[in-house]
Amino acid sequence: MTRKPYLREVPRLRWFFRHPRYLRYLARELTCLFIGAYTLLLVVGLTRLAQGPDAYAAFLDALGSPVGIAFHLLALGFSVYHSITWFNLTPKALPVQIGDRFVPDGVIAGAHYAGWALASLVVF
Amino acid sequence: MSERAVELEVLRYNPETDSAPHFQRYAANCREEWVVLDALNFVKENLDPTLSYRWSCHMAVCGSCGMMINGEPKLACKAFLRDYPGVIRVEPLAHFPIERDLVTVIDDFVAKLTRVKPYLIPKEVRSLDAGEYRQTPAQLKRYKQFTLCINCMLCYAACPEYGLIPTFIGPAAISLAHRYNQDSRDGGRAQREEEIAATEGVWECSFTGACSEVCPEHVDPAAALQQVKIKSTIDWYLAHTMPWLTR
Repeated sequence: MTRKPYLREVPRLRWFFRHPRYLRYLARELTCLFIGAYTLLLVVGLTRLAQGPDAYAAFLDALGSPVGIAFHLLALGFSVYHSITWFNLTPKALPVQIGDRFVPDGVIAGAHYAGWALASLVVF
Repeated sequence: MSERAVELEVLRYNPETDSAPHFQRYAANCREEWVVLDALNFVKENLDPTLSYRWSCHMAVCGSCGMMINGEPKLACKAFLRDYPGVIRVEPLAHFPIERDLVTVIDDFVAKLTRVKPYLIPKEVRSLDAGEYRQTPAQLKRYKQFTLCINCMLCYAACPEYGLIPTFIGPAAISLAHRYNQDSRDGGRAQREEEIAATEGVWECSFTGACSEVCPEHVDPAAALQQVKIKSTIDWYLAHTMPWLTR
């Protein structure tokens, strides 16, 4: 008997439409672009600060413009989604065993949320 | 016990006559409490004896009857007909070459499993006189979840990375390597790291988490892979910043 295995190719660009879980994964990954964009904005801000008070004032003006505010709202929304999806995954990567029991997932994810809240308070 | 006429749409492939797979429909008189595997057995016994598929235990232990049911990797013996209204589409496990009908070629997985040495490599060799290796309940708990893998390969069919990059060692094999690495009696971690801490090992994983969602035994392979990533990262930093510690 001849063997002739048949391999069904995975579509390179459309595989994530096969199941909602792949779209959720892509959403988690792609939202990091907004965190990257915000980081770049901070770098631009520092550059403008180094260029003198006028340049920095112009930068602040740009931030307050409707486009600036819209970007911030968008970036905030996506960053929150990105952070929440990752924080909820932390119990998988960082299990803590005490004796013969594992610390509940909620405690590990909760510790990350608490750290987030604390860091936000410090920044304020 | 109520009966139901179930429409099955099964992917057929005969390597001797077909150039590509095609779907074939069967109408099977099934009982409502049956699983998809029962429906396939009904087809084979009553409608079409040429239909090929793997199965053995019918109780989610042997891991043989993994297939795509309505696009989702499932054990056919654990997929209840009552959960599938309408036509049920049955295909061989995704990402594996099709040998015939629903039977896939699993050589790649078996070779990868062998590479990660999924067996105990004792830390210290003990003579029989010295008695058994002892382990506390806490030491057992550390790896027990990862022992539940039945090698059904549903995680490989769910993993988009494995579909796109077939050299990826993949969820089940790495989880089993992790199972032995976590075992207090084992001393083989360095040997397994050669395979699993490499690019084709955990670093191909992008934590989609699909493996854990489809695992019928709740092994949570995604957790194992992330834990291996953290351990190998720590290994790398220790080796590069404090080499005297790792000697």
